[in-house]
Amino acid sequence: METPGGKTGELSAGKHGEATAGAAGGTDGVPVSLEVSGLAFAYPDGHQALFGVDFGIGRGERVALLGPNGAGKTTLVLHLNGILTGGAGTVTVAGLPVGKRHMAEIRRKVGIVFQDPDDQLFMPTVREDVAFGPAAAGMKGAELEERVHAALEQVGMAAFADRPPHHLSFGQRRRVAVATVLAMEPEILVLDEPSSNLDPASRRELADILRSLDVTVLMVTHDLPYALELCPRSLVLSDGVIVADGRTGDLLSDEELMRTHRLELPFGFDPRSVTMGA
Amino acid sequence: MHVPDGFINAPVSAATGLVAAGAIAVSLRGARRELDERTAPLAGLVAAFIFAVQMLNFPVAAGTSGHLLGGALAAILVGPYTGVLCVSVVLLMQGILFADGGLTALGVNITDMAIVTTVVSYALFRGLVKVLPRKRRSVTVASFVAALLSVPAAAVAFTLIYAVGGTTDVAVSKVATAMVGVHVLIGIGEAVITALTVGAVIAVRPDLVYGARGLQQRLKLRVGGELVDAPAVAVPVAARSSHRKVWITGLVTSLVLAGFVSFYASSNPDGLEKVAKDKGIDTRTGKHATGDSPLAGYGVRDISDARVSGGLAGVIGVGVTVVAGTGVFWTVRRRRTSDTSPASVPEGV
Amino acid sequence: MGAGHAHRLYRHGHSPVHALPPHTKLAAAFAFVVVVVSTPREAMWAFALYAVLLAVVARQARVPAGVLLKRLLIEIPFVAFAVLMPFVAEGERVDVLGLSLSVNGLWGAWNVLAKGTLGVAASVLLASTTELRELLLGLQRLKLPPLLVQIASFMIRYGDVITDEMRRMRIARESRGFEASGVRHWGVLAKSAGALFIRSYERGERVHLAMVSRGYAGSMPVIDEVTASRAQWSYALALPFAALAVCLLGWTL
Repeated sequence: METPGGKTGELSAGKHGEATAGAAGGTDGVPVSLEVSGLAFAYPDGHQALFGVDFGIGRGERVALLGPNGAGKTTLVLHLNGILTGGAGTVTVAGLPVGKRHMAEIRRKVGIVFQDPDDQLFMPTVREDVAFGPAAAGMKGAELEERVHAALEQVGMAAFADRPPHHLSFGQRRRVAVATVLAMEPEILVLDEPSSNLDPASRRELADILRSLDVTVLMVTHDLPYALELCPRSLVLSDGVIVADGRTGDLLSDEELMRTHRLELPFGFDPRSVTMGA
Repeated sequence: MHVPDGFINAPVSAATGLVAAGAIAVSLRGARRELDERTAPLAGLVAAFIFAVQMLNFPVAAGTSGHLLGGALAAILVGPYTGVLCVSVVLLMQGILFADGGLTALGVNITDMAIVTTVVSYALFRGLVKVLPRKRRSVTVASFVAALLSVPAAAVAFTLIYAVGGTTDVAVSKVATAMVGVHVLIGIGEAVITALTVGAVIAVRPDLVYGARGLQQRLKLRVGGELVDAPAVAVPVAARSSHRKVWITGLVTSLVLAGFVSFYASSNPDGLEKVAKDKGIDTRTGKHATGDSPLAGYGVRDISDARVSGGLAGVIGVGVTVVAGTGVFWTVRRRRTSDTSPASVPEGV
Repeated sequence: MGAGHAHRLYRHGHSPVHALPPHTKLAAAFAFVVVVVSTPREAMWAFALYAVLLAVVARQARVPAGVLLKRLLIEIPFVAFAVLMPFVAEGERVDVLGLSLSVNGLWGAWNVLAKGTLGVAASVLLASTTELRELLLGLQRLKLPPLLVQIASFMIRYGDVITDEMRRMRIARESRGFEASGVRHWGVLAKSAGALFIRSYERGERVHLAMVSRGYAGSMPVIDEVTASRAQWSYALALPFAALAVCLLGWTL
C-alpha cells in the first residue's frame, strides 16, 4: 500500500518541520482526514506537554503514533476532538477546525477508543453503551437499533448485546469499546494503546477487526510490533514534538532513533524480518 | 441541621421554597458561565463529596457530634452558582433517597444549608483572596476562614427561619444558643477539612479550583530544539480594581468585629433571659450523640445563654451584611464578566 | 462503572409499584408528603389513616415491614429532639408521672414525630422500589433543570468511586496501625479528605472524557423511552388522593 506520508522516508529528528509539512501537504489528491499544526499545550499546573506538533493523515491511512511514556501522546489525543483546547496551534478534521463552533460535528467525526475499556463502558448493557453515541446525536428507533447491531457485528460482539459490560472478558470489553465508537461512523478512529493488557489471542482478534475496517486509523501506542503489523506509516512523538515520520519498518530499523527516544523493540524482534500484513 | 417535615410551618416552608427556587434559577443561569464540560463532572464530584462528608459525623464537645455542611468547599471549588446547585442536589437526593430532611422542608434546608453557606463563604473567600498576597497559600487561608464562618451563618439562618415559622414552642433564644454554639465548633472542623481539601487540590490540580483561576503560564514552542514563546492567547483576566479591594477589606473587618467583639461584649444577662433560665429545667444531661439535630447544644450547657444570644445580634448583623454585600459584589462581578466574555456559554447546558 | 445502577436502598422486585414509571412515583410521594404536612396536628386519627395507606403501599410493593422499620431509624435525631421538646418548650404545663411537661411542647413533639415519620416512610418506600437511574430519569421527566439532573447523576456515579476509594484508603491506614478515635486524629482524617478528592476525581474524569467523546452534551440520551399511561398515573396518584380525602376530613371534623 502506498502511503502518502511515507514516500519521503524522512527520519532526521532535526528536520521534522519540513518532513511533516511534506506529509500533510503532499497527499497527491488524497483528501486529508486530520491535520495538526503548531499544537502546543500546557496544563494549568504549569506542566507543558506539547511543544508544537505538526502532522497530517490522509483519508484511509492507518498511522501509528509512537512514543515513550510521558511523551504527550494522550494529551495530543485529547486535542483531536477538542476535549483539551486553549493552547497554541490548530487541529483540523476533514476540513473542519476543532473549536467550540463545530464541536458536536467534530466529536462525531473523531472516534476515540480510550486505553481502559472500563472508562469507556458506563451503561448497564452493551447495547445501551453502543447506542449512547448515536442517541446523543439524536438518532432513535429502528435506525438506532440497526446502527448498534451493525457496529457490534463489525467487532463480532452482536451476541453479547444484552449483557452487562463488566461481565465480559477484557478483550471483549475492548472490542465493545471499539464498537461504541464505530456506531458513530467516525471519519477517523483514534485508538489509545489498543493492545495493552490483551492476551495474544485477543490481540490478534483486535488486529483482524482493525484491518477489516474501512476507516482512517490513528493508533497511539508503544507496542512497536503491533504498530508494524497494522500501520504502514508511523510518527514518533517525543518531548512534545514529532521527531520522525516515515514508513514503520524504516523507523523501527533505525536503532539510533529508537534508542534516543526510549523506544525499545521486544527481545529478539527484528523489524526487517517481518513482512507487512497490510 | 436537616429539617424534617412538619418542623417549620407551611407558609414559611412555602416561602423558603420560593426563595430556594429563585436562588436555584439564578444559579442555573450563573452556572452556565462557571461550568465548562470539564468542570461539570467536578460539580458532580463535589456533590458526592459533600454527600459523603455530611454523613461523616464527628465529635464536637461534651458527647455531641455534628456534620459538615460543605457549602464553602463547593463555592470555592466550582464557583458560587454551581456551589448552590451542588449542595441543593445533595439535599434533594438525601431527601428522596435517605429521607434525611423532609421533602416539604426542602426549601428550608436549601435556603440555610445551600444558599447561606455558599453565599457567605464565597463572599468572604473572594474578599480575602483580593486582600491577601497573590499566592496559593492565600487561597488555602481564605478557604479556611470562609468555611469557618459559613457554618455559624447557616445556624443563624436556621434560627431566623425557626423564629418566623417554627411549629414548636421552644424559645428562640434557646434554639439560637444551641445552634450557634454547636455550629461555631462544627465550623472549625469544616474549616480544617475545607482548607486541607482545597490545599490538596490546588497543589496537584490547580485547574480544578474555581477560586484560583487565572494563574496560567505562557506556552513555549520547541522549534529546532530551542524554546520560544508561543503567540499569546487572549485570556480574560479580571482586573483588580483598588476601590473594590478597599471595600472588601472594610467588609471583612466589620464582619470580624461584629461577629467576635459583640460576642464577648454582652456578658450581662438581661431580665427575660434570666427568668427563662431560672424557670427552665436543667438540661445538663447531655449524653445523646446527635449533634445533627437542632437540640444538639442543649446537652452542652445552659450557662453562656446570655452572652451568646447577646452576641447573636452581632452575628445576625454579619449575616445580613454579608448577604447585602454579596449582592453588590455580584452585580459588580456580573457586569465585568459580561463585558469580557459574552460568548462563553458551554454547549453542555 | 459496574455499580451505580442499583443502590443499597433499592430492593429488587417485580411488584406493581416497582413497575410504575419513576416520575409518577416521585410525584405521588411528593404530593403525599405535602398533604400530610398540611394536616392539622390535632387530627390524630388522620395520621393513623396515613400510616395505614403507606402500609397498603408497602404491601403492594412487597417491602417487608421489618425492612421499612429498620430504615426509619434515620430519623432518630429528630425523635430525640421530639422527646426533649415537652421539657424545654414554654407555656402552660401539665404534670405527668411527676414530670412537669409543656402542653405546647407535647403537641409540638407529636407534630414533628408524626409528620416526620410519615415523610421518612414515604421516601423510604420510594427509594426501595425505584432504581437510581430511574429516579434520575423521573426527575428529568418531571422537568427538573437538566443541569441539576446532570450534577445528580455525576454525584451518584462518583458516590461509588468515593466509597471505593475511601475503603481502600481506610484499609491502607489501618494496615499501618492507625485507628481514628478522637480529636487527635482529625488531622489525619482531614488530610485523607483532600487525597480522597483528587483520587476520586481523576478516576471519574476519564469516564467523563469518554462520554464527552461520544457526544455527551449535558443530558443522558434517551435510549428507551419511558412514558406513563393514564392508568399508571391514576394508580400512582391513588395514594396522595386518598391522603387528600383524609386531610380534608381532618380540617372539617
